[in-house]
Amino acid sequence: MQEFMLIFRHEDGLKVASPEQIQVWMKQTMDWIGGIAAENKFVGSNGLPFEDARVVTTKNNKPVVTNGPFGEIKESIGGYIIVKAASLEETIEMAKGSPVLQGEGNSVEVRKIAKGDGNP
Amino acid sequence: MQHQEVISHLFRTESGKITTVLCKLFGIEHIEIAEDITSETFLAALETWTCKGIPESPTAWLYRVAKNRAKNYFSRNRIFTEKVARIIKAIATDKEEIEIDLSDKNITDSQLRMLFAICHPSVPREAQIGLALRILCGFGIDEIANAFLTNKETINKRLLRAKEKLRNEKVPIEFPASPEINTRLENVLTTLYLLFNEGYYSESNDNIIREDLCLEAMRLTYLLIENKQTNLPNVNALFSLMCFHSSRLEARKNDNGGIILYEDQNEILWNQELIAKGAYYLHQSSKGNQLSKYHLEANIAYWHTIKADTKEKWENILQLYNRLLQLEYSPIAALNRTFALAKANSKQEAIREAEKLQLTDNQYYYTLLGELYKDTDHNKAKENFLKALLLAKTNGDRLVIQKKMEQL
Repeated sequence: MQEFMLIFRHEDGLKVASPEQIQVWMKQTMDWIGGIAAENKFVGSNGLPFEDARVVTTKNNKPVVTNGPFGEIKESIGGYIIVKAASLEETIEMAKGSPVLQGEGNSVEVRKIAKGDGNP
Repeated sequence: MQHQEVISHLFRTESGKITTVLCKLFGIEHIEIAEDITSETFLAALETWTCKGIPESPTAWLYRVAKNRAKNYFSRNRIFTEKVARIIKAIATDKEEIEIDLSDKNITDSQLRMLFAICHPSVPREAQIGLALRILCGFGIDEIANAFLTNKETINKRLLRAKEKLRNEKVPIEFPASPEINTRLENVLTTLYLLFNEGYYSESNDNIIREDLCLEAMRLTYLLIENKQTNLPNVNALFSLMCFHSSRLEARKNDNGGIILYEDQNEILWNQELIAKGAYYLHQSSKGNQLSKYHLEANIAYWHTIKADTKEKWENILQLYNRLLQLEYSPIAALNRTFALAKANSKQEAIREAEKLQLTDNQYYYTLLGELYKDTDHNKAKENFLKALLLAKTNGDRLVIQKKMEQL
C-alpha cells in the first residue's frame, strides 16, 4: 500500500453558499470520507477554512503578510485527505467520487506521499 | 448441596478480593501462593460448613480463615517469609505480626492496582482478559474456557504464561504514576471493552456466563469511575456504552441460549434504569474536549435505545460511524456503517458502498448484502444469504440466516 494526498481546490473561495447548501456539502463530504474509511483506506484529513488564513511573502527581502490571495487568484485549497491505495489508478477512482467535483471548475489534485525510504 | 451453592457464589464475589489483597502484600512474583491460600480457604469453608452449617457472617469467616492461613504460611515457610519480609516490612513497619487488611478500602485499592498490573503492556491481550477473569472476578478455569469456547488446558497454559510474564517483567502492583496514567489507562480500557464484548457477542450458548462477563466488565470499569484520578471522560464514555448495551441483555436472549436480533426484540424488556444510567454517564463523558472511540460508540448505542426508525436517528448513526471509522477501522464498524447508510440515504447507495468492502471471509458481510438486495433482487439476496450460511460458525447464526431466507 502507498499513501496519496488528495488536495481539493475550489474555483472561488469567496463565493457565498447558503447554510443549507453548505450542510448538504458537509454531509456528502462526511459520507464520502466515511466510505473511504470503511474500506480501511483512510489515513488522515483536514479541512482548511478560509477564515484565519494569511499568506506570507517577501518584498525587498522583508516579509509581507496579506489576507491571502483568495480574492485575487482563481482557486484556493479547501482541504485535503490522505489515503492508502495500491496504485495511482485506484486513488484516481477514489478522487472521482469526491463531492468537491460537483462545483464547476473545482479540482482534486492527486499526489503520492514521499516516504523518505529511498523509493520514488 | 445448598452449601455448595453458597460457597460457589461467595467464591465468585470474594476469592478475587482475597487473592488481590494477598498478592498486593506479597508482590506479583508470589501470585500463586496468594491463589493457593484463597483455594485452601474455600476448601476449609466447604469442609467446615458442610458439618457445622453456614456461619452467620460467611464473608467475615472467609476473611478470618484467609488471614490465619496466610499467617500460618509465613510461620511454616521461613524462606518465603524472608523473601517477602522486605516488602512487608515496608508496610507493616516494626510490627511482628503481619497485618492482612481485608477492609473494603484496601480491597478496592488492591483491585484497582491489580487491574493496572494485569493490563500491563507486556502481557498479551487475551491473557489480560483471562487473568482479569481469574484473579479479579473469581472465574473458574472451566468458566473462562466456556466463555472463550476453548478447553481448560488452553486457558491454563495461557494463564501460566501470563503470570510468568508478570513475574519476569517484575510488574509492580501499583497505581501508575500520573505522567503515564493516560497511556496505561488506555490499555486497561481496551481490555475492559474486550471483556465486555466477549460477554455481549460471545458465541457461547451459556447465557449466564455471557451476562456475568458483561457485569464484571462493568464492575471493574466502575472501580475506575469511583477513583478520582481515573474518573476521566473516556472511562465515563466506556461505562455509558456498557450501560446502553446491557439494557438489552434481557430482551435479546431466547430460551435456547440464542440471541434475538435488535429488530425483533420486545422493547418493553429493555432496562430503562440502565438506559438512564447510560445517558447520565454519557453526559459526564462530555466534560473535557476529548473524543474517544468510546464516546462515538456510546453515542451510537444511545441512538439504538430509540427503537423507532427515524431519518434523524439513522443520519446521526451514520455520521457517528463515519467518524468512528476515521478514528479506528474495524470490519464490523464498516458493515454497520453501510447498514446505516442504507437507512439514512438509500439501499442503492449502500449496495454500491458494500460491494467495495469485499470482506469476503466475513459471514456478516454476506448477511448485509442479502439484506440490502432482498427488496429488489431476490436471486442476489438468496445468493448472498447462502454464502453467509456457509461461513456461519454457530447454530444460532445459521438459524438467523435460514429464517431470513425463508422470509424472501
